[in-house]
Amino acid sequence: MSSCSTKCGKKAVLKRPKTGDVLCKECFFEAFETEIHFTITRAKLFKAGMTVAVAASGGKDSTVLAYILKILNERFNYDLRLVLLSIDEGITGYRDDSLDTVKRNRDDYDMPLTILSYKDLYGWTMDEIVAEIGRKNNCTFCGVFRRQALDRGAALLKVDCIATGHNADDIAETVLMNILRGDLARLNRCTSIITGHGDGIARVKPLKYTYEKEIVMYAYFKQLVYFSTECIFAPNAYRGHARVLLKDMEKIDPAVIMNIIHSGESLTVNEEVNMPTLTKCSRCNHVSSQTVCKACVLLEGLNRGLPKLGIGKSSKAKKMIAEHDKKKYECSSSAENKQCICKNDPVGNSIDRKNDVTW
Amino acid sequence: MSVDTLPISIGFGGGAELLFGNKKNFAISLPVQEITKWQISDLLKWIQDNLLKERPELFIQDNSVRPGILVLINDVDWELMDTINYVIQPNDEIVFISTLHGG
Repeated sequence: MSSCSTKCGKKAVLKRPKTGDVLCKECFFEAFETEIHFTITRAKLFKAGMTVAVAASGGKDSTVLAYILKILNERFNYDLRLVLLSIDEGITGYRDDSLDTVKRNRDDYDMPLTILSYKDLYGWTMDEIVAEIGRKNNCTFCGVFRRQALDRGAALLKVDCIATGHNADDIAETVLMNILRGDLARLNRCTSIITGHGDGIARVKPLKYTYEKEIVMYAYFKQLVYFSTECIFAPNAYRGHARVLLKDMEKIDPAVIMNIIHSGESLTVNEEVNMPTLTKCSRCNHVSSQTVCKACVLLEGLNRGLPKLGIGKSSKAKKMIAEHDKKKYECSSSAENKQCICKNDPVGNSIDRKNDVTW
Repeated sequence: MSVDTLPISIGFGGGAELLFGNKKNFAISLPVQEITKWQISDLLKWIQDNLLKERPELFIQDNSVRPGILVLINDVDWELMDTINYVIQPNDEIVFISTLHGG
């Protein structure tokens, strides 16, 4: 039986993947919490008086993030107001269950909760989108819509920043994915601990250097309640392949996770590479690297019955939209309840009127 | 006096239970006639033959658990207990937690 590396005399309960240290439960909690505190302070993620929305899915990462921000906020007097923000994608048997867990987080951690749905924001649930597009590119819709939905929720709640539960394994996985896809623009920014700063609501990743293994062990030893299942639509996602590759390599040497993140951070993209400049979407006014943002293009496709419109190169979609605009643009979506963002008020205003925003 | 079974409890969490008919806890008795010293690697084979309901490759890989599944033996990380070579003792509690499932 190994004893704790700190020589505290207690029995070790886990081997840390990052350092190889073996720690007892108490020393592990201490190390885990203090490291996240250092990450937060070193990168100056928060300022006193801020309202921070924790993007909460009910899963392990966001549950641990909400819990840890609450205790660090109290222990180190961050002076933050913490709220929970959840997105209901409208996936029956998946998100409806996990939202029950978020509601438990709300009660356990005493944080107000707001749930925004794709149905309210876009007029479509993921179930309806999948019925339209099939199971090949559905994750593109979900990812693009969720990103924007969180921004809209954050604007609605007037928060200063959004904290997400991305962990070290997630970041390393994203670096790998962007390398495999040759997506240099994303590769360049995917390791940033603060994003969207200056042209929108800042997003921060306090768990950026925290290993998934430790998050799960922490939740287990602290008996935190979280929801775990596979998204019923996810098995075809490309990310899964990067994940398997990473987990196989991590088994050989857990340091690969940190090494990949470090490589990503140290990369400088060659000046000859054409980097997109951020501007505002001409339709919904949201931050975008294109004239029309990806969410509007995808939504336009759905509403016109051309769901594949936004899949693939943005230049193709731009051409299709331009051609259509020439024939005098008339938003087909005003019919029934399938609303188009382009007809909505700027961020937030239209959401206020919905009754089903819960607190 | 001879003991003819090895009673232990095993648990599944973090989404791993989905491969076991959504059941999280099992109290089992391992037969000791053929195998006298049960190691975790033997238990994994036994689980595959007796409990695993679907997609065994999502749980077992190369004689061990699939990378990304954590194992705790009596609430201690199995990496401190010689992983698949640990010799199981009566009334051990062995828990398998998947880290591979999202939220």
